[in-house]
Amino acid sequence: MKYAYYPGCSAESTARDQYMSIREVSKALDIELIEPKGWTCCGSTPAHHTDRILSIALPAANLLLVKKMGLDMVVFCAACYNRMKVANYEIQTNPKIRKEISDSLGEDYDGSVNIHHFVEVLVKNIGIKKLQEAFTHSLDGLKVVNYYGCLLVRPHEVTNFDDPENPTIMDSLVTIMGGESIDWPHKVECCGGGFALTRTDIVIELSNSILGMAKAARAQCMAVACPMCQVNLDLRQSDINEIKSTNFNIPIVYITQLVGLCLGISPEKLGMDKCVVSPKSIIEAVTSN
Amino acid sequence: MSIVISKEKTKDSLLQAVKEISGVDVSGCLQCKKCANGCPVTALVKVPPSEIIRRLQLNIGDSILKSDIIWMCASCETCFSRCPMQIDMAAVMDALRIISVKKNASKQKGNVPLFNRWFLKTVSIFGRTYDLGMIAAYKVGTSSYFQDANKFPMMLQKRKIALFPSFKADKKYIKKIFKK
Repeated sequence: MKYAYYPGCSAESTARDQYMSIREVSKALDIELIEPKGWTCCGSTPAHHTDRILSIALPAANLLLVKKMGLDMVVFCAACYNRMKVANYEIQTNPKIRKEISDSLGEDYDGSVNIHHFVEVLVKNIGIKKLQEAFTHSLDGLKVVNYYGCLLVRPHEVTNFDDPENPTIMDSLVTIMGGESIDWPHKVECCGGGFALTRTDIVIELSNSILGMAKAARAQCMAVACPMCQVNLDLRQSDINEIKSTNFNIPIVYITQLVGLCLGISPEKLGMDKCVVSPKSIIEAVTSN
Repeated sequence: MSIVISKEKTKDSLLQAVKEISGVDVSGCLQCKKCANGCPVTALVKVPPSEIIRRLQLNIGDSILKSDIIWMCASCETCFSRCPMQIDMAAVMDALRIISVKKNASKQKGNVPLFNRWFLKTVSIFGRTYDLGMIAAYKVGTSSYFQDANKFPMMLQKRKIALFPSFKADKKYIKKIFKK
C-alpha cells in the first residue's frame, strides 16, 4: 500500500510526536509513505482569513504535486486535511475558482486527487481484521474518550469524514485495541483551534469545557487526531487548572501513538516523551497479548 | 434582540461586498438561531452569528465590522454544518474579516490580523511555517513578551517546537503563488 504523505508544517515542529508515530505505525503495517518533494504550507486558518484564492491556491499547489505522483494523498493534521478537501471541492464545483487557481499555479488542476485521513487508511483501507492480527499488545480496558474536533467532520459536504455529529471511526479503532471507548457528548466540540497564541482566553474556556466533560465521563486518557487540539488540550491543561481551579490530569495522545503501543512499538519511538501531561499511566496500562 | 439602525449607512453596501467575496447569499436566513445555539463562542460574544446575518440583511452598515465575534469566531463551522438553509456562515465571517482589515476597522483584543500577517509572511519566505519566528514577531508586535514565557524552555527541551525553520520547501513555487 503506497500513498503520497503530506505531513504539514506542524509535523516538523509542535507535532513531531504525531509525525514519529505515523512513520513508525506505517513501517509496522507495510504502508509506504512518500512525501511530495518540496511540499509547501496549506495556508491553514490565516490564509482563509486573508484571501479566498490564496487559501485555495496553497493547498492546490500540493495537490498538483501529488497528482503528478499518481498516488492518493494521506494527511493527518485536521487543518491540512480540511484545507485540501476545501480546495478540491471549490475547484470541482466552481469553474471561475478553477480558472483563478490555474492562473496562480501556472498550471491547471482538476481537483481529482483522492484525500484520506491516516485514521481512514488504517480502519478502511488496511481494515479491522488485518489490524487485529497485527496487534501484539492491548489497551487492556483503558478508558478512552476520542476527540475528533472540528475540521475533520465539518463541513460534511466537503470533508465527507464519518458522521458529522457523532463520528465513530476512532472509537472502533480503540475498541479493537482492547480499550474501552467511552461515548461522550464533546466529540466534535471546538477546542479554540488557531487561537492558541492570539486568544488563549478563548482556548482556556473551550478546552476547559472539553476536559471537564472528559473527566465527568471518567476518561483515563483522550485520543486526538489533530495537532492543534493536542497542543491546546495538553499544553494548556496546567493553565486551565490554575485559572479555573480544576485538577485535570488527563493525558492527551495521538490515536496513532495508541496504535503504535498496540503494535509493540516503544513509547520513545512514538514521541510520547513530548507529552506535557505524563502519559505514563497509559504506557503502564498496555499489556502484551 | 433589538437592532438600532443608525443613519451611517455606507454608500457601498457591506452586504454586496460580503456576497462578492464569499459567494454566499444570506437572504434565505430564517433566524432559527441554530448557528447561535451551536456556536462555541456565543456565550463569550456580544453579537451571535444569527444576529450578524440579520444585521447584514438590514444592511445597517459598517458598524457590523466592529462586532467582537468577527475576531472571536474560531472557524469551527458548526454554524454552516447545522444551518437548515445551508448558509455558509464561516465564509461570511471570512469575508467580514477581509473587509474589516481592508477598512482598518479591526482593533480588537489579541490582534489576530497581526498573527495572520506574520504566519503568512513566514510561509512566503520559507514555504512552510516557522513557529518560533512567527511567535517572536507577534510578541514584539503586541508587547506580550512574558505571556507563556515559562513554556518555551520546556518545549525546546522536549523538542516540542522546532528551533530552526525548514529549508526543504519549494520556495520558487510559493513565491509565484504569493505574487498573484
